[in-house]
Amino acid sequence: MEKRVTFSRWSIGILFAVPQLLLIFTFFYWPAGQAVYWSLTLQQPWGGGNIWVGLDNFRSILANADYWNSITASLVFAACSTGLAMVIALVLAALTDRQLAGSRLYRVVLIWPYGIAAPALAMAFRFILAPEAGFMAVVNQVWPGFWDPGLDGTDAMASIIAAFSWKYVGYNFIFFLAAFQAIPRSLIEAAAMDGSGVLRRFWDIQFPLITPTIFFLLVINITESFQDSFGIVDIMTAGGPANSTNLMVYKIYSDGFKGLDYSGAAAQSIILMLLIIVLTIFQFRFIERRVHYR
Amino acid sequence: MASITIRDVRKSYAKMQVVHGVNLDIASGEFVVILGPSGCGKSTLLRMIAGLEEISGGTIAIDGKVVNTLEPRERGCAMVFQNYALYPHMSVAQNIGYSLKVAGVPVAERAQRIQAVARILELEHLLDRKPMALSGGQRQRVAMGRAMIREPKVFLFDEPLSNLDAKLRVQMRSEIRKLHRRLSATSVFVTHDQVEAMTLADRLVVMNGGRVEQVGTPAEVYSRPASRFVATFVGAPAMNMLEGEVTLDGLSLLGGSRKLNVSRAGLPVGSKIAVGIRPEAVRLVAPGTPGALDATVDLVEELGAGRVIYVDLDGAAFSVVTSETAHPAPGSAVGLQFSEADLHFFSSETGSRLDVFKASMPVPAL
Amino acid sequence: MVERTPILNFFTHLILFVGFVFCVAPFVIVAIAASHSLKEVNDVPMSLLPGSEFWVNIKTAWTTADLGPKLFNSFVMAAGVAAGKVIISALTAFSIVYFRYPGRMLIFWLIFVTLMLPLEVRIVPTYAVVANVMSPYQAILDVTGLSWLIEKVSGVQVSLSLGLLNSYTGLIMPLIATATGTFLYRQFFLTVPDELTEAARMDGAGALRFFIDILLPLSRNNMAALGTIMFLWAWNQYLWPLLITTDASHATAVTELKQLIPNVGGIPEWNIAMAGTLIVMLPPLVVVVAMQRWFVRGLIATEK
Repeated sequence: MEKRVTFSRWSIGILFAVPQLLLIFTFFYWPAGQAVYWSLTLQQPWGGGNIWVGLDNFRSILANADYWNSITASLVFAACSTGLAMVIALVLAALTDRQLAGSRLYRVVLIWPYGIAAPALAMAFRFILAPEAGFMAVVNQVWPGFWDPGLDGTDAMASIIAAFSWKYVGYNFIFFLAAFQAIPRSLIEAAAMDGSGVLRRFWDIQFPLITPTIFFLLVINITESFQDSFGIVDIMTAGGPANSTNLMVYKIYSDGFKGLDYSGAAAQSIILMLLIIVLTIFQFRFIERRVHYR
Repeated sequence: MASITIRDVRKSYAKMQVVHGVNLDIASGEFVVILGPSGCGKSTLLRMIAGLEEISGGTIAIDGKVVNTLEPRERGCAMVFQNYALYPHMSVAQNIGYSLKVAGVPVAERAQRIQAVARILELEHLLDRKPMALSGGQRQRVAMGRAMIREPKVFLFDEPLSNLDAKLRVQMRSEIRKLHRRLSATSVFVTHDQVEAMTLADRLVVMNGGRVEQVGTPAEVYSRPASRFVATFVGAPAMNMLEGEVTLDGLSLLGGSRKLNVSRAGLPVGSKIAVGIRPEAVRLVAPGTPGALDATVDLVEELGAGRVIYVDLDGAAFSVVTSETAHPAPGSAVGLQFSEADLHFFSSETGSRLDVFKASMPVPAL
Repeated sequence: MVERTPILNFFTHLILFVGFVFCVAPFVIVAIAASHSLKEVNDVPMSLLPGSEFWVNIKTAWTTADLGPKLFNSFVMAAGVAAGKVIISALTAFSIVYFRYPGRMLIFWLIFVTLMLPLEVRIVPTYAVVANVMSPYQAILDVTGLSWLIEKVSGVQVSLSLGLLNSYTGLIMPLIATATGTFLYRQFFLTVPDELTEAARMDGAGALRFFIDILLPLSRNNMAALGTIMFLWAWNQYLWPLLITTDASHATAVTELKQLIPNVGGIPEWNIAMAGTLIVMLPPLVVVVAMQRWFVRGLIATEK
């Protein structure tokens, strides 16, 4: 879309864009380029510049079982938390959209978790899911040893999935509800006149009409599960036990800043960037075109 | 006050030419209405005068000074927009006074001039309101006030009444007319509504397809349309058109079923022409009346003061406006009678008016 | 619509209520745990009746994690990011929507691409840039031979250096360098009627005048929405502040939470940890509740 009316002094126009351009050059394009450079070079231990190693960094990462473990953990985390957060939010939004008494309250409250910082809610969940105090401790009293995220990798993974999903239910809820409310009332009424009941209407009319939102949220949730998980992992499990929750961003951080392996971290960053770019392009190219009703 | 001289003005976008060489002289203090269907280039022409649109070719001069490259603010024009274009976040007073603020007019003088304009437009009690809280007619007046306060040399109106309901439109029409009489500033008014155009204009400019079809007083345009387009565009219901062909002894109409005895005035035999007659120039008579055309009634539209009768004339649709109380039933036969002086002739190829027939026309025997 | 679906309505209420409980429970539990004594909080099961140590725990958490200055740092960072975003995005969107200049589409795409890669995935090199924000420019001068030229001509050795670690600028700037706000404004500017621009031009206003007098006031809702979203987003940042504030003086409240994780061994001080958590989650929660309308609106608008 373009404006019909514009201002003619375009030299002024460019000036307006300069601050943003300087910012993104300095803090986006340069670092992104730098990451590519580092991923293809190896830093000398005692200074003296980088030496070119081609794709060696990538080869060594991809040959590393820890890295594959990190990818698997990230994918499991992405799949479970996205699925959980989206299904729950979809159900809640569909029901709230029925506008029964109290729906206003739900609309207000269900959004709260999304406002909370990931580390803060991670702390809350760390307590709630702690094996010795809090709530899972009650379960442990009945079945001793049933739950211990500090020792059991599956329990740890379940903990971070629970925390992340809790936050993103609120986020997805907002979008689903907006999508439901964007469906023209007359469509629902027409279906009702056609003799279709509430559930039938949901499957036949509302659900198909919100598929664009579903796909949109799918991509957003997956990308967020790569990024926003850092705070949760750092506070709740620190990647453990035994690397079972060492998600990709967390591994980049620990390799780069704790292990001081800039080249390896850069190569990992590049792989993660590619993954996210592919997802984003997938969303723009594929999904937006196939699922479009208006 | 200023005159506007438009010389061979053209406008083209990437590939499309939308205004093709327009020439027009607007005298100082004149109220000119540009009339045409949507997409005819009338708004583009107006916006080129305003300086909102680049001029692709030709010149526009205001008061003898070519303004092609001047910014809108340097041209001394004020404009009233179709959607009023009031700044929604400013009060009525701020809206009216904005141009003075931009020009750096001191606050006291500004307030005084806003008051003066508001008094003329009866907006004094609304000065603190936001546009959202105004009715359509009030918004319209604010838009006028915004134009007036600058005391511009030229007023430009871009279909300013099209968003009002019918009753308000009539009222605003007369208000604009009165205002013009009072300020007597040069005004150019663009519209697609022919009633608006007829009632407001000192002079009417009819445009079609990016070209000027006719310039003249409303009465001239109505009684002597320069082209087939103008004939059918001005007047409601539209002028009836019958297709014909020049024959040795006159004209044959409606595929040869009727004849018109006129001198062919040098036109080659076989030339296609169109004969027009206004619905209000036709009289209904009893079927079979000598010299009248017989037709069948299709539909009768009641207007209160009169009625429009749509008839079928050998397969061609034809309408008649009558104020007589006679109320022919659909399906019944009627006779159509008219005087030859009311006939208009147009070339079917070029659409332009053919006065040759008129000049040499003997009594037609139909 | 007249429709009687009592069973469905019952389940609707039931499910929504369960959802509500799950949504609110963590907040309530945090608040209750924060009010218990060390012994009570470690009781199994923990009592759901509030204890009496609330203010004591809050005070302990406040001093242990030094939350006063940290909250202030968080506030400066969040407000800085929000303000920076609101202003810089508006300028950029104005430029790409209201002007036609060569390279405009290039600029548009350069900005658009930044949407794809969040800060988290390029932290390592961004960290290096912030350590010396002049390094890109130094590198450009070196590569193009300009620094050599300058040294030859003036005798001055070019060595640009400006470290932003442990500074508010370093905290804020990289967080502003994305396109989110720009596209929010762009969408809005495209809906502003062209006639308003024309009216302003007829009234004699130039580009800057139009931007300040007409466009910005009309954008107030969008600014509120964007400001709210960005404030929350910045407040909740964790990884970036963690990296660049090597010195505690510039750490934020969120990064400081880590100090409150109970030690392994000994009785975990969950009451203190929860009190600290409550303090840290409260400001964004207040913003969400107070600015709900702008929050929802901004959220939906920034993602499209």
